Amino acid sequence: MQADDKNIKWVQEPELGLSGRMYLGPLLDGLATTARHFLKTVRGEEMTQQFPEERPEFGNPLIYRGVHRLNKDEQGRVKCVACFLCATACPAHCIDIIGTEAPWPDREKYPRSFVIDELRCIYCGMCEEACPVDAIELTALFDLTGASREEMIFDKEKLLSVYDVTIDKEPMRSRRHGARQESSSGKDH
Amino acid sequence: MQVWLEPLIKIVVVVVVLQGAVAYLVLVERKVAAYIQDRLGPNRVGPWGLFQPIADGAKFILKEEIIPAGANKVLFLIAPVAMLATATLAFATIPFGYVIPKEGATPIALSIAPNMDIGLLFVFAIGSLGVYGVVLGGWASNNKYSFLGGLRSSAQLVSYEIPLGLSVIGILLFSGSLRLETIITEQARTGWWWFVVQPLAFAVFMISGCAESARLPFDLPECEQELVGGYHTEYTGMKFGMFAFSEYLHMITVAFLTTILFFGGWHFWGLAPMTDENQVTWLGAIVRIAVLSIKVLATIFFFMWIRWSFPRFRYDQLMNMAWKAMIPLGVVNLIVCAVCQEFLRPDDMLTRCVLGWLAVLGCVVYMATSAGSNRSPARAVGRDGA
Repeated sequence: MQADDKNIKWVQEPELGLSGRMYLGPLLDGLATTARHFLKTVRGEEMTQQFPEERPEFGNPLIYRGVHRLNKDEQGRVKCVACFLCATACPAHCIDIIGTEAPWPDREKYPRSFVIDELRCIYCGMCEEACPVDAIELTALFDLTGASREEMIFDKEKLLSVYDVTIDKEPMRSRRHGARQESSSGKDH
Repeated sequence: MQVWLEPLIKIVVVVVVLQGAVAYLVLVERKVAAYIQDRLGPNRVGPWGLFQPIADGAKFILKEEIIPAGANKVLFLIAPVAMLATATLAFATIPFGYVIPKEGATPIALSIAPNMDIGLLFVFAIGSLGVYGVVLGGWASNNKYSFLGGLRSSAQLVSYEIPLGLSVIGILLFSGSLRLETIITEQARTGWWWFVVQPLAFAVFMISGCAESARLPFDLPECEQELVGGYHTEYTGMKFGMFAFSEYLHMITVAFLTTILFFGGWHFWGLAPMTDENQVTWLGAIVRIAVLSIKVLATIFFFMWIRWSFPRFRYDQLMNMAWKAMIPLGVVNLIVCAVCQEFLRPDDMLTRCVLGWLAVLGCVVYMATSAGSNRSPARAVGRDGA
């Protein structure tokens, strides 16, 4: 490429003004900027969030994709019908279900065991999308930690206990569906 | 009382206070840095992070000491010791107050080696020995980045010694002594602090002092982006701690010198006026120590403030500044001071002050008018603004 190629864009620094050439103006400017930030923090307007004590606020926790939970119905039973749609949809193959005949009359099957490997999970939310009975959902719990790999493999009891912990803050998705449909229909009309 | 007991007590006090001060200055530095960047800084260890220095110290001591296989072991071990020893030794002549009264005897001067006639010269001589630690550390590590850092540092420190020395000659002329105590009492006696009378010298001293203590914007020796960690890349644990310690000690030394040479040391109008040594009360002595400490801490805060305000110089800019700006400014100041001293009455501070500020004005106007186009040539930034 030639130096006079039309496609080359040449830029030059702007010329220094009088205060710039005296050096003092820009120096004082820099000191003033840092002093302003310093005083701002002294007044208590810092950006820091003291994490374990202060929890961050989500825009909408209902669409956050964190730890899974297994929903319960009104009688406290697991909602899952062991249809394996979530396990089939899962791209990370982290859901392991053993289904068996349900003791209840309203469904044919229920999961005897429902295990999610939270370490293999990529939190894509496709299990949630696939579920026909809104049994599996992703909650807004984002700070999941564990001391061992075994601890991070969640069985049915643990997934149900996540439901107990989060249900107050995050209503079930069936209701969310309803809310979404209402609002969208409201928009249409 | 034995002759050696008094200096020994002073040495113990100074060393202990300095170690503690350095440990807590690291915390202050981190807090100031955080506040300037809209953060909070360390606040988990103890209330407001006050025990952080203890945690840091414990970590330094407990860390594994690694000596690189290709390193020159003797020099590698000597370097941090040399640096810390010289940095501490520089405090021998620095007065950290005026005097404290003593019953039926001459008052005790608050300095390890009081009234040393070569005081200032001693501080500069010992302080500049610190460069040996840097060069030895860089060389002995057998690491090219350390070596480059050591080389840069030696060139930088040697260059900035000259304006540093030049800037204080005017003060020596006005005070008539190298003794730090006399320099303070001269300012206390006349009531004029030298930074008012010699603003040019003050500017040169602050900039060169900042470069001497190798702090941002002059921290080329340990410029992380280019040199990994500079001369202490290969150092671990307490050996690294000693380098860090001596850097802070250098900063404290420069802050003390700034206070003593330019801000009147323990003097403050009304609060701590000039008095005869034998008439200082305990209250007066404590007030003087407090005034000096506050001035020193303010100077240290200013250094920390500067650190986060200005970007680092390029190496050629650093050298240009020393040889083409600081040394000429120092010479101008020296000439003005020499003329004043020759033709003015010794107590005519007002005229000296006016002439000093006129010199500053002249230099600023000269810089603004003589610096032609200092733009770098236009640069190509790719096609179609890509």
